[in-house]
Amino acid sequence: MYYIDPHIHMVSRTTDDYETLARMGCVALSEPAFWAGFDRGSVESFRDYFRQLTDFEKNRADQFGIQHFTWLCINAKEAENVELSRQVIEMIPEFLDLPGVLGIGEIGLNKNTRNESTIFMEHVDLAVHHDQQILIHTPHLEDKYQGTRMILDMLLSNDHVDPSRVLIDHVEEHTVEPVLAEGFWAGMTLYPISKCTPQRAADIIEMYGPDRLMVNSAGDWGPSKPTAVPDFIIEMRRRGHGEQLIRKVVYENPVEFFQQSKGFVFEPPELPEAKTIET
Amino acid sequence: MSSPMTAGEVLEREYLEIRAKILQLAASFDRLDRSGGDYRQDPRLGLIQQGLQLVADESCPDRAEKVQLVFSREFSENWREELGLEISRS
Repeated sequence: MYYIDPHIHMVSRTTDDYETLARMGCVALSEPAFWAGFDRGSVESFRDYFRQLTDFEKNRADQFGIQHFTWLCINAKEAENVELSRQVIEMIPEFLDLPGVLGIGEIGLNKNTRNESTIFMEHVDLAVHHDQQILIHTPHLEDKYQGTRMILDMLLSNDHVDPSRVLIDHVEEHTVEPVLAEGFWAGMTLYPISKCTPQRAADIIEMYGPDRLMVNSAGDWGPSKPTAVPDFIIEMRRRGHGEQLIRKVVYENPVEFFQQSKGFVFEPPELPEAKTIET
Repeated sequence: MSSPMTAGEVLEREYLEIRAKILQLAASFDRLDRSGGDYRQDPRLGLIQQGLQLVADESCPDRAEKVQLVFSREFSENWREELGLEISRS
């Protein structure tokens, strides 16, 4: 089955991973800007990173027939440096009109601090001002519930935010309901220890239905599995779910959400199963 | 929307997996007991015990969600004031 991974950090993966993803049926992916594992020192570091995301990485994906899309921001882990964050936010518009740029992301919270909240809201203002979609990271483990509620509070207090153009990622059993209830899209990240398993993601689909829900690998430089989305597909099949339902979650939903961005110029693969929705 | 599998089919598929997970938990507690030092005052043990009680409670619906909340920091509606942020609405 063809699928799209809506959240994966390919700059941290090898070219062999691109080949593996292509063999598994991945036809497109979106790569949010992310923390490098250490705090970057200057706005020029981010400018180089955004060039990597919008140019080099797109070319690397093209070699395997995978369409690469991206999101730009300074990650919440680096938001404690408010001065640098504001310099990056000021620089981001240089890249927003490049092909394949879908919007602002992954912004969000990490430890739910005052500075993280301030920079989150300034990113949201940036997205609103430039009519961009937003991709949001929710915190890990014990911070997730509190952070997700804070994020919802900030988004809902901004009358200019359209929930149908916002994807709130890394939802789990205790956060998926409020996200969907407010009209946002929700992503489930398949990390066995710190986030969701394919089995629990399938449970959530069974409980809430497939509308506005996606699954992703969030593969990066840490423990993660870039082929986690196919694991979810297999789990759904083993339970007896039909191909149409599975395809909606792993292919049609990402296309429906992404096509609200003018940077999403997508060519569906030339097989009937991939052409079920117009783009 | 519900699972296409019957409860019997789910149990058939997952019985050995559940058994293995319970054994893994039991072995983890045995390992703690065999190790030097006292862990019983660690507040994380209280969270683990709350989680175990929820898992074993057949009358509790949405056990996964409830367990998640046991291991979560609380949310305060007044979080902006507590962080010293301005309450702005746009």
